[in-house]
Amino acid sequence: MAKTALQFRHNSRDVAVFVDGGANLLTTLRELVGDMTPKFGCGQGGCGACTVLIDGDAHLACLTLAETVAGRAVETLDGLKDGPNLHPLQRAFMEHFAAQCGYCTPGMLMAAKALLDRNPSPTRDEVVNAIAGNICRCTGYEPIIDAVLAAASGGMRGLHGPEHVPSPHMSPRTF
Amino acid sequence: MPVTVKTFGTSGEAAAALSSERDARYLGGGTLVMRALNEGDVSVSTIVRATDRALAQLDATGSRITIGAGVTFARVLAERSLGFLHPVAGSIGGPAVRNMGTIGGNLFAPAPFGDFAVALLALDASVAVQGAYGARDMPIEEFLSGRSRQADGLVLSASFQRPLSDDAFRYRKIARVRPKGAAVVTLAVHVPSSGGRAVGVRIALGAMASTPVRAKAAERTLEGHTLDAASIAAAVAAAADGTAPVDDALASAWYRREVVGVHLRRLLTGQA
Repeated sequence: MAKTALQFRHNSRDVAVFVDGGANLLTTLRELVGDMTPKFGCGQGGCGACTVLIDGDAHLACLTLAETVAGRAVETLDGLKDGPNLHPLQRAFMEHFAAQCGYCTPGMLMAAKALLDRNPSPTRDEVVNAIAGNICRCTGYEPIIDAVLAAASGGMRGLHGPEHVPSPHMSPRTF
Repeated sequence: MPVTVKTFGTSGEAAAALSSERDARYLGGGTLVMRALNEGDVSVSTIVRATDRALAQLDATGSRITIGAGVTFARVLAERSLGFLHPVAGSIGGPAVRNMGTIGGNLFAPAPFGDFAVALLALDASVAVQGAYGARDMPIEEFLSGRSRQADGLVLSASFQRPLSDDAFRYRKIARVRPKGAAVVTLAVHVPSSGGRAVGVRIALGAMASTPVRAKAAERTLEGHTLDAASIAAAVAAAADGTAPVDDALASAWYRREVVGVHLRRLLTGQA
C-alpha cells in the first residue's frame, strides 16, 4: 500500500513523514515523529489521553486522520515547557499533586492549555467542562481542577513559600 | 490494515466515489469512522473525504436555518443566533469531541449517541443528500429510518424552521456522568402553540431505539390541547409507546422505558 507524504508543524518545528493510508495522528506522532507525550488510552474518543491542539483547538489525536493535519500546527505536551522551565500549568500540577499514575496528565494539560489560551481566568465550572473529555482514574479530579485554577490565577507565586497549604483532595463535591 | 484515502474538492465528486465503491465510508469529523478503524473494523476499505467549503456553511440569519454537514458542535456553540441549540451541542462529548464531531456525522451515530439528530428530528428538519443521481431533500424521519441504506449518499446539510419562541423547543439528556456521558435517554420537544393550544407537536427520543424516534402516541395526546395536567399525564403515559430501547452498559431497556415518561413530564412542565 502506497504511503502518503505528510508535512505539518509539530511544536513550532516542521516535520515531514510518510504515513500509511488511514493512519491516525496519534500513531503518527508516537511512531514516526517520536513524540511519546500523547498517550493511547481507548482509541475510541472516550478518555482524552491523546488530546493535542490542532491550530489551537483541542482534538483527539487517535480519532484524527493523520493526513488532515497537513500544513497545520499540532501542539503536544512535548512543546509545553520552555527549555528547562516547566509551563505554569505543569508546575501547578506538581504543586497540587494533580498527577498520580500520570497517564492522563498529558491530555489533561493540553485540554487545560486549550482553555487558558482562550479564557485566562476561567471559573471552576469552566475548568470542569474543559477537562470533561479527559478521564482520570486516580485523583478524583479535584487536585487537577485546583491546579488549573491556580495556574490561571497566576497562583504560582507564593505556592513555593512556607505558608502554602495543599488544598484538600477528594472533597465530596462530585464531578 | 491500511485503507485508501480519497480526498475530493467537491461534494459531488465525493458522493460519486461513495456510491461507486461498496466499502467506502465518508470521513467527517472522524469520531465514528476513525473509531471504527481503531477498533479493527475491516469493512472499511476506502475513506472518502471532501474539502468542499460549502459543507461547512452555516446560515442562521433568517427563520429557515441551514447547517452544513461539516459544521462542528463547537461551531454551533460559537453561533450566538443558535442559542436554543447550545444545550444540545454542549451535551455531546468533551471539548475535543465537539471540535471534531459534525452535524452530518451525528445523523449516523448509533444509539446511545446521536443527540443532535434527536434535536433535528424534533425540529422536523429536512436532510439534503447528494446521491449518484443528484441531490435531494428528504424528511429527517425518512432519512433516519432508512439510515443504513443512506451510506452510499453524502449528507450535505440539515435545514429547519427556527422555533417561534425560545420556550417552544426544549431538550434534556439524561446521562450517568456529568458533564460528559452517553445518553440513558435523550428527549427533544418542539411544542409550537397557537392561541394557547399546541399545534404541530414533535417529541423526539434518543437511545430509545437504534435511531432517534418520534413518540407519536405522546405527540397525539398533546396536539390541539393546552399543556395542562391532563394532557401532559396522557403524553407521559404514552411516552414509551412504539419504542425499542436496548440493554447496554448505561441502562437496561426496562429502565429506559420506565424513566422516559418521568423526564418527558419534567420537560413539558419546565422542571429542572
